[in-house]
Amino acid sequence: MATKNIAGVNVDVNEEGYLTDPSQWTKEVAAEIAKEEGIELTDKHFEVLNYLRDENEKGNVLTIRKVGKSGITDIKGLYTLFPGGPLKKSSKIAGIPKPTSCV
Amino acid sequence: MKKILILGGGTGGTIMCNKLRNVLDREEWDITVVDQFKTHYYQPGFLFIPFGIYNKNDVIKPKSDFFPPGVNVIYSKIELIEGEKNQVKLANGQILKYDYMIIATGTETSPDETPGLKDKLWYKEIFDFYTIEGALALREFFKTWEGGKLVLNIAELPFKCPVAPLEFVFLADAYFHGLGMRDKVDITYVTPLPGAFTKPRATKMLSGLMEEKNIKVIPEFYLEHVDNDAKKIVSYDGQEVPFDVLTIIPVNKGNDVMERSGLGDDLNFVPTDKYTLRSEKFENVFVLGDAANLPTSKAGAVVHFGAEVLFENLMSAIEGRPLLAKFDGHANCYIETGFGKGSIIDFNYDTEPLPGSFPLPGVGPFGLLQNTRFNHYGKVIFRWVYWHILLRGKEMPISNEMSMAGKKL
Ligand SMILES: Cc1cc2nc3c(=O)[nH]c(=O)nc-3n(C[C@H](O)[C@H](O)[C@H](O)COP(=O)(O)OP(=O)(O)OC[C@H]3O[C@@H](n4cnc5c(N)ncnc54)[C@H](O)[C@@H]3O)c2cc1C
Repeated sequence: MATKNIAGVNVDVNEEGYLTDPSQWTKEVAAEIAKEEGIELTDKHFEVLNYLRDENEKGNVLTIRKVGKSGITDIKGLYTLFPGGPLKKSSKIAGIPKPTSCV
Repeated sequence: MKKILILGGGTGGTIMCNKLRNVLDREEWDITVVDQFKTHYYQPGFLFIPFGIYNKNDVIKPKSDFFPPGVNVIYSKIELIEGEKNQVKLANGQILKYDYMIIATGTETSPDETPGLKDKLWYKEIFDFYTIEGALALREFFKTWEGGKLVLNIAELPFKCPVAPLEFVFLADAYFHGLGMRDKVDITYVTPLPGAFTKPRATKMLSGLMEEKNIKVIPEFYLEHVDNDAKKIVSYDGQEVPFDVLTIIPVNKGNDVMERSGLGDDLNFVPTDKYTLRSEKFENVFVLGDAANLPTSKAGAVVHFGAEVLFENLMSAIEGRPLLAKFDGHANCYIETGFGKGSIIDFNYDTEPLPGSFPLPGVGPFGLLQNTRFNHYGKVIFRWVYWHILLRGKEMPISNEMSMAGKKL
């Protein structure tokens, strides 16, 4: 674990750059991580991010299918918003842990 | 008379019938199990059917052979679970009341979730092997197939028996070798996972085997639809993989009775406390096996280990004691790798599969994360163990809690 200064905020991150404490997250932090991933955040992005943060706080496991059924966007839309590994990228930008797929 | 109701008489439901009838007083406790089908399928055996290793009779037996005397058995579809009223409605019109209930309705394939999957090529050039029908249809197809592109695709996570698709391609490799036509068959493994498996060390070992056997892996592929005319699978981000024959692991879901009863998550799995195995919604309801939303594998071995914990906690609940038994997510899977060899992995919620020996530290006889002839016998013996020991709820010489002894970090 390391501390990183993102958008003027000191946040704790793991080796892969995921925030380890979701409460350190701000919109500016999100925008900065998104930029590193090559994504410019819009309101739609933030709707998804807020949904992910809410679900994470409730302790719910997130899947692409679940986000696709959230009513915010469908799965195709999610891929357009966060190209290449949509759930991993959106989770990173939302400041929540990397989704683990358990099999 | 107090009542225990068990929904589903598959692996988990049958184990619980046997365990509970053994200890609960017949004058005091009424035990009822409900299932829609009279046949018990040995699902791990489906894997071997397409290659002619097992036939239909090897994997079916009447369910009634495994229910102990003194248990009421009802064959009917379960229509609705009304947890607030402690009752369940059946398709045959019966209403069953309960004091305690165990949900063990498993998971099943839902090909309808994927556009184009159950279309004109279904059971002609597209097959699953997670149902007896699919496995038998694929057997017929392979008998006369002359080769081409064999694609295996996993549509969604989670799916039961996470190693079965790997075993399928390993066995396919050996099968076509045996027929002297391996050079005519191109095998591709297409998965939504970032690699051949999830856990790092197992992925490394399995990726090595894939390479050795000349099986191509396409990771991070999340299936959107099947194009029947062009014969290709298409992902949400536009990747396309052409096939001549497609073996699919369709989306796995819990039974739709969960959706009707408001008891399931978005894939109809029942929210369950991962340690106590009690339903998160009702205090007098427990959930066993594939039906639960637990973050571990959906596999028979997991059901078996979970059954020990569920049994202890149900006894505690009945006697008004706190639920102290804790499930650790213990999973233990034999992996058939073809040519008479096999591997075995042992893991839980917190520990990934590690190399070593099992179940006796340093001795084995099974080699964890190794490809050996002896591990293959484990799988062969598993069928006997399943029918004769596991379903009957008897003790197995393996602890329900995972052990670190014999594992190498
Ligand atoms: C191809 C394949 C290979 C596998 N290989 C292995 C392996 O090597 N090792 C291993 O450990 N596991 C393996 N498994 C997994 C294993 O078979 C399952 O995890 C296990 O059977 C799950 O037990 P269960 O009791 O949760 O569900 P099941 O045994 O599936 O039982 C569920 C029961 O509920 C009934 N039911 C559901 N809904 C209703 C309803 N509405 N009304 C009435 N009845 C209903 C069903 O008819 C069924 O009998 C494999 C599975 C497959 C498909």
